[in-house]
Amino acid sequence: MVPNGGEIMAIKDLPMDEYILKGHAACPGCPATIALRITLKALGKKTILIVPACCSAVIQALHPHTAFNVPTLNIAFEASAAAASGVAAALKMLEKKDVLPVVWAGDGGSYDIGLQALSGALERGTDFIYICYNNQMYSNTGIQRSGATPYGAWTTTTWTGKKERQKELAEIVMAHHIPYVATATIAYPEDLYEKMKKAKEMKGPRYIEILSPCPPGWRFDMSKTVEMSKLAVETGAWVLYEVINGELKFTGYSKRILEGKERKPIEEWLKMQGRFRHLKPEDIEKIKQQLDEKWQHYKKIYGGKE
Amino acid sequence: MKTAISIPTEGAMGKTGTWRVFHPVIDLNKCIKCWRCWIFCPDAAIDRNEHPVIDYDYCKGCGICSNVCPVNAIEMRREEK
Ligand SMILES: Cc1ncc(C[n+]2csc(CCOP(=O)(O)OP(=O)(O)O)c2C)c(N)n1
Ligand code: SF4
Ligand code: SF4
Ligand code: SF4
Repeated sequence: MVPNGGEIMAIKDLPMDEYILKGHAACPGCPATIALRITLKALGKKTILIVPACCSAVIQALHPHTAFNVPTLNIAFEASAAAASGVAAALKMLEKKDVLPVVWAGDGGSYDIGLQALSGALERGTDFIYICYNNQMYSNTGIQRSGATPYGAWTTTTWTGKKERQKELAEIVMAHHIPYVATATIAYPEDLYEKMKKAKEMKGPRYIEILSPCPPGWRFDMSKTVEMSKLAVETGAWVLYEVINGELKFTGYSKRILEGKERKPIEEWLKMQGRFRHLKPEDIEKIKQQLDEKWQHYKKIYGGKE
Repeated sequence: MKTAISIPTEGAMGKTGTWRVFHPVIDLNKCIKCWRCWIFCPDAAIDRNEHPVIDYDYCKGCGICSNVCPVNAIEMRREEK
């Protein structure tokens, strides 16, 4: 595939290879597992997953069995990027150039507790891919707020709605001047697949973040995981882009928004989720205002490009 | 020797089809083989044969396949006891 442009592949062309085995322990309708299935179709079997404490450690199911059909290192909550540096060093010593260490971590493990290890590995130039599947909270321990939880959202630790804004981890990552940063979400499997493929072909630290709407945490029906992901992009709540060697390009529907397509009203996305049910009109106004500011910022970056 | 290594196994969490309340049924006359149901199934419970085939041993009945099907070829039916 040609970077940025070229032909986009169709779902039917995605590989049949399957590295997530049937009968795993995820909730019905789990976004993390959809994301990981597509990711591993792109990265292939010569992948070593490094998984900190998070839902994906549980999804593997119980010892002595696992539903992940690639070598997987389960590691402490805060340590995944540090562990990946160790795995990368070992692979280098063994001259296994075709094996790729890949962190697969939640937003709690990335935005919050694992941030120091992540920053360290990025700055050291560790040859690995760091993937954050972002479900905007700590799901595994029963829905607590994280640095990725959006303003206004209910969690068990923000039961009147979160008062603070979410931070932008991808932008913090960009400040490390690494070769590849991208955002994706499950509703666009071809986009996710292509970004993973592109990352795989590069060297050095690469970071990809996947918005992963979680039915029990966001309080929506388990059949609507993909719909929720798509609507996040169409309303502008989530933005798709990639940054290759410092150059930012918007992709897919987000690019179309910058070309003039109207964002769908954010209320459409909010009202589908129980975690926003308590919002007052003034809260929604505030969310809209934040969203407008964010898109003004993107517009400035986008400028007159393409 | 006892190790902490786990072996990749289908059904690591057992036959998860027992979790189901509704089950998907595909109308193959309607199906246009777009494979959206296949790629979006979180449980990898839709096999890609001639046409999509649901593995009821493991399908958890989430209904995503039915939700993403562009031609409404997948209906969710309540399990009968
Ligand atoms: C040092 C430490 N603190 C707390 C925990 C408990 N814990 C395990 S998983 C988890 C939440 C993980 O959240 P996130 O990284 O967002 O992944 P998700 O569960 O949403 O997939 C927590 C708090 C832990 N394992 N280690
Ligand atoms: S809580 Fe959410 S992310 Fe975790 S296993 Fe369940 S559906 Fe998946
Ligand atoms: S209902 Fe859910 S688990 Fe069952 S086949 Fe459809 S998408 Fe897969
Ligand atoms: S989503 Fe519908 S049309 Fe597409 S392959 Fe599945 S059943 Fe057929």
